[in-house]
Amino acid sequence: MTVASDLLERPSQVSSPLVRFEGVGKTFRNGTKALVGLDVGIGAGEFVSLLGPSGCGKSTALRLLAGLGRPSSGRIAWSEPPDRHDIGFVFQEPTLMPWASVARNVHLPLKLQGLRYRASMPRVEEALEMVGLEGFAASYPRELSGGMKMRVSIARALVTQPRILLMDEPFAALDEITRSRLNGDLLHLWTERRFTTVFVTHSVYESVFLSSRILVMAARPGRIVADLPVDAPFPRDEAFRMSESYNRHCRAVSAALRRAMEQ
Amino acid sequence: MRADVDDAPEDPGSGRLLKIILPLAVAAVLLGSCEAAVRIYEIPHYLMPSPSRVFDSLWTDFPSLVPSWLVTIQITGLALLFSVLGGGALAILFAQSPWIERAFLPYAVVLQVTPVVAIAPLIIIYVPSTYAALLLCAWIVAFFPILSNTTIGLHSADHNLVDLFQLYGASRWQTLTQLRLPSALPYFLAGLKVSGGLSLIAAVVAEYVAGTAGTGTGLAYRVLENSYRMNIPGMFACLLLLAFTGVAIFGLTSFVSWLLLHRWHDSALARER
Repeated sequence: MTVASDLLERPSQVSSPLVRFEGVGKTFRNGTKALVGLDVGIGAGEFVSLLGPSGCGKSTALRLLAGLGRPSSGRIAWSEPPDRHDIGFVFQEPTLMPWASVARNVHLPLKLQGLRYRASMPRVEEALEMVGLEGFAASYPRELSGGMKMRVSIARALVTQPRILLMDEPFAALDEITRSRLNGDLLHLWTERRFTTVFVTHSVYESVFLSSRILVMAARPGRIVADLPVDAPFPRDEAFRMSESYNRHCRAVSAALRRAMEQ
Repeated sequence: MRADVDDAPEDPGSGRLLKIILPLAVAAVLLGSCEAAVRIYEIPHYLMPSPSRVFDSLWTDFPSLVPSWLVTIQITGLALLFSVLGGGALAILFAQSPWIERAFLPYAVVLQVTPVVAIAPLIIIYVPSTYAALLLCAWIVAFFPILSNTTIGLHSADHNLVDLFQLYGASRWQTLTQLRLPSALPYFLAGLKVSGGLSLIAAVVAEYVAGTAGTGTGLAYRVLENSYRMNIPGMFACLLLLAFTGVAIFGLTSFVSWLLLHRWHDSALARER
């Protein structure tokens, strides 16, 4: 018996999850089994990372959670059915409307709810301030750097004050320096506001730095093979990246990931 | 002295001036040598009129050409307007369901690929008013680029943005007006530029087909009339007006395109290297 399955059998420490995958499976029309038997809960206020090699179904799981697509089997059970402004989603690309200013882009979720631009200006400005982009409201996406575009994307996801923030490898396309700074800023925001976050990544270091809990996934078929808590206290800063505890967690997670790849 | 030609655009003032001066210089050289050749070899004006004679003819005939010119401009403009409305509306209809597109697109293609010169005589027979017949001919040619470009544009909205709209519960109407139409705008404008030129060409072609049998008095009819009279300078004068109209349409559609895109679209951005 492997250590990974030992860990899997450890009862989840979440007593009343915000949302639960209950035996969720997803098979695509071409027969690919993207996910099988996903059984896991995500508690309110957690920062959960889905970590795994490409093709392990982590993005598929995230999209199911967002309601973009239905599971082929099982169900996703919410403690309270989510409203359309309860979910924030950040894609791997910034996914901004190039024809609209930064403020208009951030305003989009509110606009689709029928809130006028003028009336929602304070909320848009607050969201831009959260991500450190005050003063860029009138800029167009093409005038911004990759990191700044991603900040706009995060501001747009947070402007509705969602109960859960879903992030699909949001920093994967950024350079190391920008990525590390955005990691720090995201964690700072999360420590302040504690919105539940599900974060898809293939970086061990990123997941350990950010998460309160890491779900390690394996491919073919996509499934969860380890459920690892990262018990280092928040707030975490650059000192944490240098610490013994960070190292230890990275080693443990890397080992779990290696076993997942070998299976 | 500058060693590198690439340095030139650093001074935007001289660059812009050069952009205007260069084509004008080419025109001066061409017209000058043409004028000289006609005079030196004493080519008779009914074979090859000198540029000065053409301008002279344009000057004296201009008052009588204006009404014809206006007719051509009107037909071209209306054809373009109906192309925008018809092509745009059809594209939006096609975008609603792939089945509608499957059902109707082949017929739009058939209309497009059949040469307008071949359809025009039938249209002129069936449609009682020559003016309406000319307009219809021009429209048939001009609407297709707008239709096909806008259709592609409507389909080309960023998939993640489409997902995002779905996530936030956007209605079909919201997705169309706030996502698909803006995404289609650069494609539509590219189609508009092509259609602008085509509608002028088609208006002229249709008028040729209608010929003297029609009551049309557009510029193309005046070209025919001048050719029957062997008035070669007059023909050139009409050609000049037609060419000027085409350039003006291109300039206008390019300007509209720049106006709508320069804030955000790559095609309208000046890049520094």
